[in-house]
Amino acid sequence: MSNEPIHVPTMAELTAKGEVPEILFWVGCAGSFDDRAKKITKAIVRILDHVGMKFAVLGAEEGCTGDAAKRAGNEFLFQMQAMNNITVLNGYEVKKIVTGCPHCFNTLKNEYPALGGNYEVVHHTQLIQGLLDAGKIKLQDGANKGKKITFHDPCYLGRANEEYDAPRSVLEKLNAELAEMERSRENGFCCGAGGAQMFKEAEKGEKEVNVERTEQALELNPDVIATGCPFCMTMMTDGVKHFNKEEKTKVLDVAELIASQIHK
Amino acid sequence: MEYIPNIVFFVLLIAGIVLFTLNVKKIRRNILIGKPVDRNDNKSERWKTMFRVAIGQSKMVTRPLPAILHIFVYVGFIIINIEVIEIIIDGIFKTHRVLSFLGPLYTILIASFEILGALVFLGCLVFFLRRNVAHINRLRSKDLDGWPRSDANYILMLEMSLMAAFLFMNAADFRLQTLQFSHYNLGLSPNAFPISSHLASLYGNASIPSLVMAERSTWWFHILGILAFMNYLPYSKHFHVLLAFPNTYYSNLNAKGEFTNLSSVTNEVKAMLDPTFIPPAAAEPHRFGAKDVHDLTWKQLMDSYSCTECGRCTSSCPANITGKKLSPRKIMMATRDRLEEVGKNMDKNAGKFVEDGKSLFGDYISGEEIWACNMCNACVQECPVNIDPLSIIMDLRRYQVMEQSAASNELNMMMTNIENNGAPWQFSPSDRLNWAIEN
Repeated sequence: MSNEPIHVPTMAELTAKGEVPEILFWVGCAGSFDDRAKKITKAIVRILDHVGMKFAVLGAEEGCTGDAAKRAGNEFLFQMQAMNNITVLNGYEVKKIVTGCPHCFNTLKNEYPALGGNYEVVHHTQLIQGLLDAGKIKLQDGANKGKKITFHDPCYLGRANEEYDAPRSVLEKLNAELAEMERSRENGFCCGAGGAQMFKEAEKGEKEVNVERTEQALELNPDVIATGCPFCMTMMTDGVKHFNKEEKTKVLDVAELIASQIHK
Repeated sequence: MEYIPNIVFFVLLIAGIVLFTLNVKKIRRNILIGKPVDRNDNKSERWKTMFRVAIGQSKMVTRPLPAILHIFVYVGFIIINIEVIEIIIDGIFKTHRVLSFLGPLYTILIASFEILGALVFLGCLVFFLRRNVAHINRLRSKDLDGWPRSDANYILMLEMSLMAAFLFMNAADFRLQTLQFSHYNLGLSPNAFPISSHLASLYGNASIPSLVMAERSTWWFHILGILAFMNYLPYSKHFHVLLAFPNTYYSNLNAKGEFTNLSSVTNEVKAMLDPTFIPPAAAEPHRFGAKDVHDLTWKQLMDSYSCTECGRCTSSCPANITGKKLSPRKIMMATRDRLEEVGKNMDKNAGKFVEDGKSLFGDYISGEEIWACNMCNACVQECPVNIDPLSIIMDLRRYQVMEQSAASNELNMMMTNIENNGAPWQFSPSDRLNWAIEN
């Protein structure tokens, strides 16, 4: 069900029709191109469709926010990307943005304003929390009931923006058993992808960061490691494979867990 | 002749204060080598942060045992300094316990100083054992090899000696009072000496002259020790006892995820994208990112002097935990070491820095360290005095990439992809929406 083709309106289409969406869905590079992350993107779309929220994407007009370039030290490239994106976003008079990527979220929310891009930016877990609280999403009973779920805090959602509660409050609605890792919330432990590490080999060391983090999660013997970041998704999935635990422990995005239990 | 001790005391006191002031001024000058950054906005939030984090020690509590011991030492340090006022007056004016006219209040004060003194002693003793006997990684780390480890131990030993001197001084005084000897006979309540009255038995049947000798020598040791301690601070990691307050006041109040946008770059990018854009008149020639301490901001330099090398940052760093060379604590120590070197260079050259062929990046911090960072903010979160090692790592990376073009091949590939395709991977921008139509 998660792989059906779906129609996703672009800003260009809506503008041509003279329509204005309620929210722009910033898909991000991983959400657009990474096979695993694309499933998260679709889950977010299903949730938006389900509640009938009018949204649009930029499609080909979206470009990397520049997060990785900035953190790799290339401020030029970051600002080039930022200014190009801001031109597009301001051109469409975008007011509100939701994104499934904490890195895009952080950059759009915190680093674009000084360059002329001022938007209300929310992470998809925050949006979903709002929809659940407003009673706009009804969940089916069952699928995750009684399962043990542990949430891995993405650094750029958690420490970087102090959002620890939204994803947890969403997960609570699943009637699952929420277990916390020893290092969670403020003390969360990076998946190993931040600071542009996603795009390079790790420096010399004794262990990969994602293996260490997955080990911390697997100590709880969870059915699901939930997260809210496509890069954490890659790292934790690889980590679970490293321990040959993929049969027992699934790595899923909060959006996927909710989308799979939406009451049709 | 009888005033000679008082004159000696006065001269030493003034010398101690002058020397301390000179050294603090030197540190201030070194910090101000840094580039400007505005941290004077939002004053009420800044005061609140300082009250919460420095005075309220809010970030210590995550590790309860050291937090409690540190509270003993911290409260003791502040409260017992009230006693120093009396010591100074007595020292100058040849009085004895000049504040004893306060009566019952004096009893309470002295009694609480004694209890705090004992707690400080206990705290320092446990700290000493934690550093030298227990196996606590962050305190055993090679970051601390050499001077930093000795520095920490000297401070603890000095603090223990000061407290012991204070308590043994009171013990001798208490015994002399009980013997109703001379000016010691102030008729103070024994309740003023809850700890020292027990220690007094250690003097056995000492004669009055030896008791006076013990009281005087511990008195002198205590006050000279305090002056020495004060003057040791500027040379030590222990300077955090003073800088913790301004350093938290000048904290970064923005979201931790928000990294600075270099304005020098903004002007160039605007000029590139819009040919009609006229950049503001060129400021002084700048360097992108930081190669040396001169390129950092004064706040980053203040951070380095505020660091007491506790290693909470390093013990929470995912890179360090997985055996990488990076240690955020070492980043701060290296910054301070280099800054001290630059300061000494300026001292030698009439206040002007003379190029010495060294720099923070390269001589003190290596590429391997800064490229191991996950920029996860764990170190920033942990620091009990709001030091930001990550911002220094970021600035060193900027220098590496924008000035030295020294990014690794993989990162260069990622950046080329962003430049050409608008994504860090090699996909065409026109395929961005393919996910919607794919099965």
